[in-house]
Amino acid sequence: MFALEQAESPEKLRRIAIEPVTRVEGHGKVTILLDEDNKIHQVRLHIVEFRGFEAFIEGRPYWEVPVTVQRLCGICPVSHLLAATKAMDLIAGYGALTPTAEKLRRLLHYGQIVQSHALHFFYLSAPDLLLGFDSEAGKRNIVGIASAFPDLARQGVLTRKFGQEIIRHISGKRIHGTGVIPGGMNKALVLGERDALRGDIDAVIEWSLEAVGMIGRLHETEPEFYGRFGESRANMMGLVNEDGDLDFYHGGLRARDADGAGIFDHADYAAYGSLLQEDIKPWSYMKFPHIRTLGAELGWYRVGPLARIQICDRLTTPLAEAERQKFIAFNGGAPAHGALLFHWARMIEMLHAAELARALLEDPDILGTDLMADKGPRREEAVGVIEAPRGTLFHHYRVGADDLVSYCNLIVSTTNNNQAMNESIRKVATQFLTGHEITEGLLNHIEVAIRAYDPCLSCATHAIGQMPLQVELIDAGGALVSRGRKGF
Amino acid sequence: MTELLFNIDDLPVPFKPGQTILEAAKAAGVFVPHLCHHPRLKPHGGCKLCTVVVNGRTQSACTYKVAAGQEVDIDTPELNAMRRSLVQLLFIEGNHFCPTCEKTGACELQALGYEYEMLSPHFAEFYPADREVDASHPDVLIDRNRCIMCERCVRASRDIDGKNVFGIAGRGGKATLAINSPTGKLADSDFAVTDSAAHICPVGAILVKRNGFATPIGERAYDAHPISDSVNVCEIAEEAK
Ligand code: SF4
Ligand code: FES
Repeated sequence: MFALEQAESPEKLRRIAIEPVTRVEGHGKVTILLDEDNKIHQVRLHIVEFRGFEAFIEGRPYWEVPVTVQRLCGICPVSHLLAATKAMDLIAGYGALTPTAEKLRRLLHYGQIVQSHALHFFYLSAPDLLLGFDSEAGKRNIVGIASAFPDLARQGVLTRKFGQEIIRHISGKRIHGTGVIPGGMNKALVLGERDALRGDIDAVIEWSLEAVGMIGRLHETEPEFYGRFGESRANMMGLVNEDGDLDFYHGGLRARDADGAGIFDHADYAAYGSLLQEDIKPWSYMKFPHIRTLGAELGWYRVGPLARIQICDRLTTPLAEAERQKFIAFNGGAPAHGALLFHWARMIEMLHAAELARALLEDPDILGTDLMADKGPRREEAVGVIEAPRGTLFHHYRVGADDLVSYCNLIVSTTNNNQAMNESIRKVATQFLTGHEITEGLLNHIEVAIRAYDPCLSCATHAIGQMPLQVELIDAGGALVSRGRKGF
Repeated sequence: MTELLFNIDDLPVPFKPGQTILEAAKAAGVFVPHLCHHPRLKPHGGCKLCTVVVNGRTQSACTYKVAAGQEVDIDTPELNAMRRSLVQLLFIEGNHFCPTCEKTGACELQALGYEYEMLSPHFAEFYPADREVDASHPDVLIDRNRCIMCERCVRASRDIDGKNVFGIAGRGGKATLAINSPTGKLADSDFAVTDSAAHICPVGAILVKRNGFATPIGERAYDAHPISDSVNVCEIAEEAK
């Protein structure tokens, strides 16, 4: 049992619910139990809804699946499209992708990372980081940022737009396009499209570099506060290529412990079932995965930017790698686990993805027209894994001889981070809330820690679209103190 | 011989004796919406999308013969509103999730939804739970969720392919596409992917297997041009396959 997961006598305690957590995708809820002295006894991040997306997939023909799974999420449909199609490449019997097809998929993926990281940083987190965690709630949003930091807001909007333009040109639509199909791609990138993207890429790299610098400087102002906020020492997991470099699109699984010592490396992700175990708890629909060999108490792990940049040996692009080195040096050379370091890591990754995109836009293969791989015999089972913006994303399917999906299991990034997020908010509760009169600003500290992970609770719920947002404050007697709707 | 004429929406249009209104309109380049009609098949008169007003009375353009001097209204606000309702009813009766359907962009039902500015289903959805998917055949998938019972496949199999693979069983809300085989499964019929019935469905209920989104969204039959731009609706969708 984890500290602060379960209070001893919950019936005697006062309960505060943050529901839903705002400026995250999807619907989640935090409950906090405290006694009369405001001492915290229990903190939980729950997923309170279950939409069972698997039911929309099982019994459907496999070639529909990559398009169907995009509807899991309005924020990163491309991630699901890619992970599912990687599995369906194998199911349909295709061999290695053509160089052009693989590069187009990678470019699409990098575009997705740029747009998702930009959205998260500039729209969802900058308001907390730059305006203050307990600044006026009504101004803690992108509009507040636009009036206080107009240049930054503009760069954020344009960086995100660049990522969206990549997606639009490659998939045919800004969201929910196709482009990627089992065996390759259905559409080549044409010269005009490539040149339009190439025209903007240098500015995007420059802005990304500025964003990394800005978040680094913020940490320098108060290293202890920013470095330790919501700190939870965790194992870390992500994909690396054969050389140990971070690879967002393909590779083997690497896991390291909180001090950076190896747990497994270059593991075949198709065998994820033997590496990871998914547990359930009665109080949340979101599963709790952990590394099997370490058990539930010790085996939970973190995925996403903060894990990825600390377990890889290198980022293959020069500007991002230099920033990664600065990040590591700032943290004294050992892996760091503060929740807010996610933002710094995320901006380093945005820079990396932008540099990777530039290299691909300069590669003549990107304009190739040989888009489909050769086909061999069909397979009945396959796993597709990518490093989505939020972390490792698993798609696993079995398809019968009749071409219908008979089994489907998804482990989304946010689910991988479930225990880690819970640990971070328990830490914040201990650091800032316990013993204090609880204010909106203090409660926002909890949300700041959750937001740092950039969770996609709608993916984790396997829900379609966005949920209405509502906050409730309930006192010890169970009476509603206040209720507000937050429109994001 | 003097030219035979009738009027479509107050304009004189020539015709040949024996032509239906739909055929004559098509020959003159006038769009008449239709779903169950297909030029290679005998008229069926089932879907009523082709409903027009002939000398003040509603008739099905796909079955009704033209006569000299007839006054035919095709493109009127009343008829178009009725057509929109018919399309909406077809949508709510089945399980039509366009975004994930391989037929999207080349589907005649969806294209008519756009044509008649269907912005919502309007009526309460049925979400029928008993529409079976038959994936038994090695090359062709039957997804009854999307079947609109137009019977094109029934007629194509019987009259063109000479096989009689399909029929409609049951009535009203219980009506369903039935397959003429000992098990009721397509695999146990004499159906082949080369049959014309495999390529004649206006929606995504009969699909050639393992063909998923090879044609990019944006390059499909009705992506670029609305369905009414072409009088040869069915042929276009078929060519696009
Ligand atoms: S399967 Fe297609 S062609 Fe046959 S009746 Fe249904 S909708 Fe019409
Ligand atoms: S086309 Fe005339 S009734 Fe269907």
